[in-house]
Formats: sequence, C-alpha cells, structure tokens
Amino acid sequence: MYDNPNLERKVAQAESKISARNVQVFYGDTHAIKDVNVEIEARTVTAFIGPSGCGKSTFLRCLNRMNDTIDICRVEGDIELDGENIYDKRVDPVQLRAKVGMVFQKPNPFPKSIYDNIAYGPRIHGLAKNKADLDDIVEKALRRGAIWNEVKDRLHAPGTGLSGGQQQRLCIARAVATEPEVLLMDEPCSALDPIATSQVEELIDELRDQYSVVIVTHSMQQAARVSQKTAFFHLGNLVEYGDTDQIFTNPHDPRTEAYITGRIG
Amino acid sequence: MPLLWLVLIVLALAGAGYVLGRQRAMSSAGGDTRHLHSLPVYYGSNVAIFAAMPAFLVLAVWLIAQPLLVDSIVSADIPATAVPEGSTLSLLMSDVRRVADGLDLAISQGTIAADEAKTLRADATDVRALLASVGVALGSDVNETTLSAAQEFRALTGTGSMAMTVVVLALALGGFAYAYSRTNKDFRARNVVERSIRGLLIAAASIAILTTVGIVLSLVFNTVEFFRLYPALDFFFGTTWSPSFGGGSELGVLPLLWGTLYISVIALAVAVPIGLFAAVYLSEYAGAKVRAFAKPLIEVLAGIPTIVYGLFALLTVGPLLVKFFGSGGTFGVDWMSGASSVTTAGLVMGIMLIPFVSSLSDDIINAVPQSMRDGSLGLGATKSETIKQVVLPAALPGIVGAILLAASRAIGETMIVVLGAGAAARLSMNPLEAMTTVTAKIVSQLTGDADFASPEALVAFALGMTLFVMTLGLNVLALYIVRKYREQYE
Repeated sequence: MYDNPNLERKVAQAESKISARNVQVFYGDTHAIKDVNVEIEARTVTAFIGPSGCGKSTFLRCLNRMNDTIDICRVEGDIELDGENIYDKRVDPVQLRAKVGMVFQKPNPFPKSIYDNIAYGPRIHGLAKNKADLDDIVEKALRRGAIWNEVKDRLHAPGTGLSGGQQQRLCIARAVATEPEVLLMDEPCSALDPIATSQVEELIDELRDQYSVVIVTHSMQQAARVSQKTAFFHLGNLVEYGDTDQIFTNPHDPRTEAYITGRIG
Repeated sequence: MPLLWLVLIVLALAGAGYVLGRQRAMSSAGGDTRHLHSLPVYYGSNVAIFAAMPAFLVLAVWLIAQPLLVDSIVSADIPATAVPEGSTLSLLMSDVRRVADGLDLAISQGTIAADEAKTLRADATDVRALLASVGVALGSDVNETTLSAAQEFRALTGTGSMAMTVVVLALALGGFAYAYSRTNKDFRARNVVERSIRGLLIAAASIAILTTVGIVLSLVFNTVEFFRLYPALDFFFGTTWSPSFGGGSELGVLPLLWGTLYISVIALAVAVPIGLFAAVYLSEYAGAKVRAFAKPLIEVLAGIPTIVYGLFALLTVGPLLVKFFGSGGTFGVDWMSGASSVTTAGLVMGIMLIPFVSSLSDDIINAVPQSMRDGSLGLGATKSETIKQVVLPAALPGIVGAILLAASRAIGETMIVVLGAGAAARLSMNPLEAMTTVTAKIVSQLTGDADFASPEALVAFALGMTLFVMTLGLNVLALYIVRKYREQYE
C-alpha cells in the first residue's frame, strides 16, 4: 500500500488549502456537525463519505458559506482558507464563493443558452475584457469540462436541452469558468448513469492539477477511484480522516471499517 | 302532476334503488364483500344512477323543448289576418300565454271548473273580468282568436306534461329494473359507475363551453344586426361618438378604444412595476413572518369592490390631481379642469391591479427551483444578480401571463372609469382630460328605456364584440409568449 505513486507525489507537495478547527453546525436546536477538525490539501481530491444524514453535505456547504442562505443554520468554530478565517465579519461571502466554487447534486443549468451559462460567472466578476476574451474563457471552460466537442456547434442552444450527464459537465464547466481555487461537489454523479459518471470522474481527476476538489459521495467505489484523501462522517462526527488507501484498506476506527464493509449505513 | 312531485318520485326511486341494489349484491355474494367484484356502494350507486340519470336528462330536454314546440304549433294555427294592425305575432303570442296561465290560475283557485275552461267562449263570458278576479290583469279584452289559441295552448301543454310525466317515470322505472336485474356478484359495477361519472364530468365541461358559444353567438348575431343598420366602416374608423336616440347618431368606436387603451396603459404602468417589485421583495427578501402578514394584506386590495375604488378616484385622487395640475394649483399650470381624467382612473385602476400582478408573480417566482438560486449563489453572484439574471428570466413566462391577465382586467373595468374618468368620448393626448372607455359606454347605451332595434342600443353588442376580440387577442398573445419561452427554457 505504501508504494502507491499518487501518495508519494502528494506527500511531497502537501500544503493545506482549507483548515477547519472545532467546527460546530446547528440547525435550530439540532446539532448537525460536532467538533470537526480537518485539513484539506491543495491540488488534491478529498472525498467525504458516510451514511445519509451524517452531515457531510452540511459541512461541505460550510466551506463556501452556502449555509448562510438558510436562516436557522448557525456555524461555530474556525474555517480558514489560505490562513484567512472565512467566517470573519470582513469576509464577503459573495467573494468567497467566487473562490470556492460549487457543483450540486442535481444538474442545475440556468434557463439560458450554453454559452450564457458558462459566461454567467465571468460576466458577474468582470473576468473578460471584451467579447473575444469572453469567447475564449467559455471555450476553455467547456474544454476543461470535457464537453466542448459535444456542444461547440450549438453554443446558443438552451443548456436545459442537454442530457443529464452533459448538464452536469456543463455545470462543472460553469463553476470552472469563474476560476475558483477550490471546487466543492455535492454528490455530483448521483443523478447520472454509469457512462456519464465515469466521464465526470475522469474530469474530476483532471481538475486535480489546478484545484482542490472536495467531493461528497455515497459511492465508496467512487471515493476510492477519484480521491487521494477520504473523510468518514458518522452522526455529525468526523470519525476518521486520512489517505484514501489507508481508509479503505486499513481503517483505524471500527465504525469506519463497519461502514466500508457494509455493516452500517 | 307538478314538476316537484315528479322530481321527488324519481329521487325516491333512485334512493330505493341504492338500498335494494346494494342488498341484492350483498345477498348474491352470500353476505361476504370479498366475493363481490366491486364494493357494495358501487352496486347501489349503479342502480341509483340508472334510475335517475336518463330520467332527469329526458326531463331537462323536455322542459326546454316543450314550450318551444307548443309555441310554434299554436302560432302556426293563428291566421295572419287575426294579428291586429300595429302589432306582431309575438305580441299576440304573449297575450295567448298570459290568458292560458290565467286560466290555469283560475282553475287552481276554483273560480271556474276545468271543463268549463275548455269550452269557454269569448262572446259569452267576459274573460278579462274573470282573469282579473284571480289577479291576472290583461291589457285589452280577449277576442275569440286569442281565447281559442289559449285553449289550444293549454290543451297541448296539458298533453305534453302528461306525456312527460309518463315518459320520465317509465324511464326511471325501466332504468331501475334494468340495473337491478344486472346486479349480481360478478357484475362490474365499479367500471359502470366510473363511466357514468365521466359522463357527468363531460356534461359539466360541455355546459361551460356551450354557454360560451351561446354568448359569442348572441354577440355575433346582434353585431351583424347592428352593422346592417349602421355602416361598419363608420363604426371602426369614425372619430366621433355622439349617440342620440332621435336618430343621426355618430357611433365611431375610435375615441372609446383610445380611452380604453390610454387608461389601461396608465393602469399597467402603475401596477406592473409596483406589483412586480412587491412580489420580488415578498418572495426573495422578506422573512417568513413578514411574508405571512404582508401577502394577505396586499391581497386584501383584490377584495375591495371596484365601486369603492371608484369612490376613491372621484373623491380623493381626482381632487388631489386638480390641486396639483388644475388652475391655481401647486404647479401653476391649468391642464386639468375637473376631477375626472384619464390619469385619475388610470392611477386608481393601477392600484386595484397591484395584487393581481404581485400575487401571481410571487407564486411564479416561488416556483423557480431553489437549485437555480443555489447554482447562481455558488458562482459568487449576489442576491440581486441572481434575481435579475436567473430567477426573473426563469419566471418570465408566468410573469407575462400575470401582466396580460391584469391587462384584461383593466380593459374590462367599468366602475372606476365611470366614476374616475368621466363620460366624454374624446380623442386627446392629454392624460389630464376626461375620457371614457368601451365598457362605460356599453353601460350608458343600455341603461334607460332603450329600443333594442335601434342602432344606438345595438351598438352595445358591437362594442362588446370589440372588447371580446381584444381580450381574446391578449389571451392568445399571452399563450404564445408563454409557449415560446417555455420552449427556450425547458
């Protein structure tokens, strides 16, 4: 297990992108996340696994403050992005979300053309100097999203007319177009068929050389395939966090072992 | 037999059918519902439906058809020479009906015997005095033609009613017997009952459609009648509206259309921005508590009767506008002579329309999936960017629908116009001048002692037709827009 080449490369360049310390999340009176500490590394795919309702999506949404949109949600503790506390009063959540992009469980293209879907973020953040520049950004994002060849002839067709897998890759391309530093993915393949899933997984692997990717997934095979680090959540606790190979072959905690061997969850 | 008794008997038969059909089904299954094809209630309902439905259907058709038939038979028997000078057959027929009804009343009060009424002769009895004694007042003495026609009318009606009673009762009994005989444990009563229910639903839908068709046809025929009396070209392109029942009217629709459109545009200019912004606030920014009391409060506006809005226009808004724009007003201009003006009516109508726009738009904005907002927020868009670029475009077809609905209301509104805009039909650009609309003029043409054969009264139908075509056009446009955007967005 220690001769895994991925692992060695990563150890050499391990640097923390996001570090969470003593994070607590409450929904009203419900204590949804209990005392989570985790270091998410740059240029790494980190998988959050765990049974339904264990808090992995909630924690993911803390990382770009999407929980702010839920009135009854309260977050305590520190989450630092590049050493800066994102829950600091001076931090603008809107700016933060431009840096920490998000892809959702269900593909949610806007009711606009494919081009406008991708151009949405760059336009809002003023990333393009002119039309040619914007065209360039759109093409690059679509290429990164591994969907350019399929849509290059119909950029002005509605994004909602694509198939489910294409829509999800469009949404990934849309997130990439804003040039985030971290990409959060909340079960990005749960609505997709196996072929579309493998395309998205390949894409995630390619994204790793530029971004930190955090992916929530219910599929342990998927976590094993795409991630280098895995965190196992159970009942709001971060039970175990470590290298993916170690989690799946030699878990330290009995609960992790029970989950990955299918005895709980 | 009185109609009420007939209906009650059929209903009683149906009720008995329900109980008996249910019992028979139960006994055929040996008292165990599990051996029945359908639940016992379906067997009962099946017998009840067969007893009542055909009978009532025939009864309804008969009640509509019989008077028409009797009328045409009796009036065919009246010789053309019997119609007095200066009168018409239809006037004579209404006399005949009145005498016939009077005789019925006289018999029921015991003033004369039933046989006596049949052999009554106009030269032997003073029928007018006789009927006056039972409370039926006639305009003139009854002559022989009228009396004999009335007697024929009574005879035919009597025979018809008798036949109707027999046929209806026979149908009810026959349906009862047929359905009862079919009732056994293998009979698929549930399917039959559900088919009958479907028939009932189709009938309900047909009534709505037929009524619409009837209204449109009556509009069309009367409009055609109007155009026979008044040239269509003058109606559509005339720029003067000055009806006078003495003749020599000018009935140009353009000033009325102009007033309608002008007032509607002002109303929409008030209602659409305010309503839409209110809807955006309520659905996107307001907390649950604010929403819970603000939304019903805005909807209260929709419950205020339009006549109250009219009063508000006449007594508050109009004088207020005069204070600003009238002679010696705040702005030192003399643009407004009276409280009634296009702006007065338009402003108040706009306030009336706010809840239409805001409530519908609010529902539509709420229906935009949260995932759209999340997607936009997740890309680092602010709330207002999300609303402008994602939520509103997604909700646009519905919002356009809401606006066009409000426009239809504005075009059809009457009371506010009557009280707020004045009654002068005028083609003018000045929004502070009094004008009037199509609906207000329909009211003024038909109120009072109008002769329905004159173009001055019939023009109301042409105006109604014009309005109908306009709102129909708006609805078609709304559908077209909704469909077009739906293709693009889903």
